[in-house]
Amino acid sequence: MRIRDFHQSYAHDEAIWQTPTSRLWLAALFIALLLFPFTANGYIVGLACVLGIHVIGAAGLNIMTGYTGLISLGHAAFMGVGCYTAAWLGQRGLPFYLTIPLGGLVAALLGLVVGIPSLRIKGLYLAVATLAMQFILVFVFREWESVTGGVRGVNVPNAELFGIELNNDFRMYYVIAFFAVLLLVGARNLFRTRIGRAFIAIRDKDISAEVLGINLFRYKLLAFAIGSFYAGVAGALLGYFYRAMTPEYFTLTLSIFYLAAVIVGGLGTMLGTILGAVFMTLVPELLRAVVSFIAQWAPRAVEVLSPMQEIVFGLLIVGFLVFEPHGLVEIWRRVRRFFHLWPFRA
Amino acid sequence: MTDILQVDNLSLSFGGIRALNDVSFTASKGEITAIIGPNGAGKTSLFNSISGFYKPDSGRVVFEGADISRVAAHRRAEIGLARTFQNVALFRGMTVLDNIKLGGHGRLKSNALSAMWYLGSARREEMQLRSEIERDVIDFLEIDHIRNQPISGLAYGLQKRVELARALAMQPKILMLDEPVAGMNREETEDMARFILDIQEERGITVLLIEHDMGMVMDISSKVVVLNFGEVIGSGTPHDVRANPEVIRAYLGGGHDKVVPTLTEEAAT
Ligand SMILES: Nc1ncnc2c1ncn2[C@@H]1O[C@H](COP(=O)(O)OP(=O)(O)OP(=O)(O)O)[C@@H](O)[C@H]1O
Ligand SMILES: [Mg+2]
Repeated sequence: MRIRDFHQSYAHDEAIWQTPTSRLWLAALFIALLLFPFTANGYIVGLACVLGIHVIGAAGLNIMTGYTGLISLGHAAFMGVGCYTAAWLGQRGLPFYLTIPLGGLVAALLGLVVGIPSLRIKGLYLAVATLAMQFILVFVFREWESVTGGVRGVNVPNAELFGIELNNDFRMYYVIAFFAVLLLVGARNLFRTRIGRAFIAIRDKDISAEVLGINLFRYKLLAFAIGSFYAGVAGALLGYFYRAMTPEYFTLTLSIFYLAAVIVGGLGTMLGTILGAVFMTLVPELLRAVVSFIAQWAPRAVEVLSPMQEIVFGLLIVGFLVFEPHGLVEIWRRVRRFFHLWPFRA
Repeated sequence: MTDILQVDNLSLSFGGIRALNDVSFTASKGEITAIIGPNGAGKTSLFNSISGFYKPDSGRVVFEGADISRVAAHRRAEIGLARTFQNVALFRGMTVLDNIKLGGHGRLKSNALSAMWYLGSARREEMQLRSEIERDVIDFLEIDHIRNQPISGLAYGLQKRVELARALAMQPKILMLDEPVAGMNREETEDMARFILDIQEERGITVLLIEHDMGMVMDISSKVVVLNFGEVIGSGTPHDVRANPEVIRAYLGGGHDKVVPTLTEEAAT
């Protein structure tokens, strides 16, 4: 039930967490995030780390594609840029709290360059242009051995804070959670201001956006820069998490993974970003768990079931798209509406 | 009376169609100038050329004494040209309030960093925009009750009003309205006419008005420019234009039954 929902001032009306109940939930969520690693085993904490990174990456893509309407098939390559930048700087002794934002920054600068054609080309044509960038960057990752280590990969030094080596999943969890929360709040705030509104206006009707005084070129570039910054940070975190990285990680498959995450979760919503990342990260793990559970009783079945995992995962994605084209976030909203009215109306 | 806007010899064609042919007119500061003409006369094309949407083949647009023919559309909005569209061009996924806030875009300054942390300056200017909009636009146009609704559920007449609200939020010097009362009933039309008059009288905003509703045009405008097949065939006070034989012929010849009776009827009185 939702109570005390009236607005005394414009400031209050503009607040994101308006009701005492919603602020309470927020506090509970925050504490749960802090305590989570103490309650879970190593495997789960590692999974949470990967999930956090995917949430950041997906948030970046959603800002570009979901909110601004710029389709990108090169997101993974920008993660690579962030990762290699952080690795290179880290090897030269810079601390992680600088290398990670700098990784994001270098990715953002490159994003600006890639964004330049977006004024002229739209939709699928832009997607193809970003696809070209994806291939070019992965080629560079493979060939520029002095920086990237080529196909053998690169080592990322341990992150270290106040003399403590952040050399396990438990400790990295907090680093990742910190960046994830920071960047999600940032994205959410962005869409309370003129910049976020301009992005949405460009997505919905870019010509009338221009007549309102929105500089299409500048804002499309800005969307590319911000989206790529998120990708760069996610990539840098990935480097610190795995402590080594090869170009194979940043291929088209990962770009598609993120596109699927934002579409399944819900284009143009931050909650959808989280739900989509959760879906794409956890469902394959869940399917794997189911298969290994069955394998205990019927060892022969694994041969058949293992390839089935991928098929089931694919079918689930298609299923969600068919039955809920607006994404998981729409299902969430229905559930929430139900509870807002409960118990007065069911 | 100074001219705030001057259009000189504008010509514009699409393939073989001459949408505008050597169009010239001026609009006086703080007055309502109406642009009328049969369907396809080139009225909307003229607006599009003034707001920078279309690039005319030749001619100039002079705003406050400066030639803005080469100025980008978004810059023209910033220096004070606002408009509404013949087919409402609101952002359907957004709420009424967010649509109107978009009108304030050019006046806000926050950069991406302060926006993301919703810090000092970004927060302050958003709150300021909100109270300005509430006072000068939402209360004024009497749309308080729908401010948090999405556009998609609104009646057409209300959508037109929200689009006017968004243009007003730009605090423009010239407001260009493309058929603001098309598809409205009598009562809605009267409301809209009153709003437009208030905007002109109380705020001193210059209004350019495209409208087929002759009653309204003759009532509220101080000058009327008549277009036909992309050419200006007459201009002057509503009284002069009504009596202009060429104007009457253009309307009679076109078979525009809706317009003609009003025009001739009023010419007779
Ligand atoms: N983008 C375009 N491409 C091709 N032709 C166009 C375009 N815009 C306008 N035209 C043509 O230019 C001419 C003038 O059109 P315009 O829309 O300016 O007329 P209008 O006076 O606004 O008419 P209405 O009263 O029906 O709105 C028409 O013949 C129209 O078909
Ligand atoms: Mg028109």
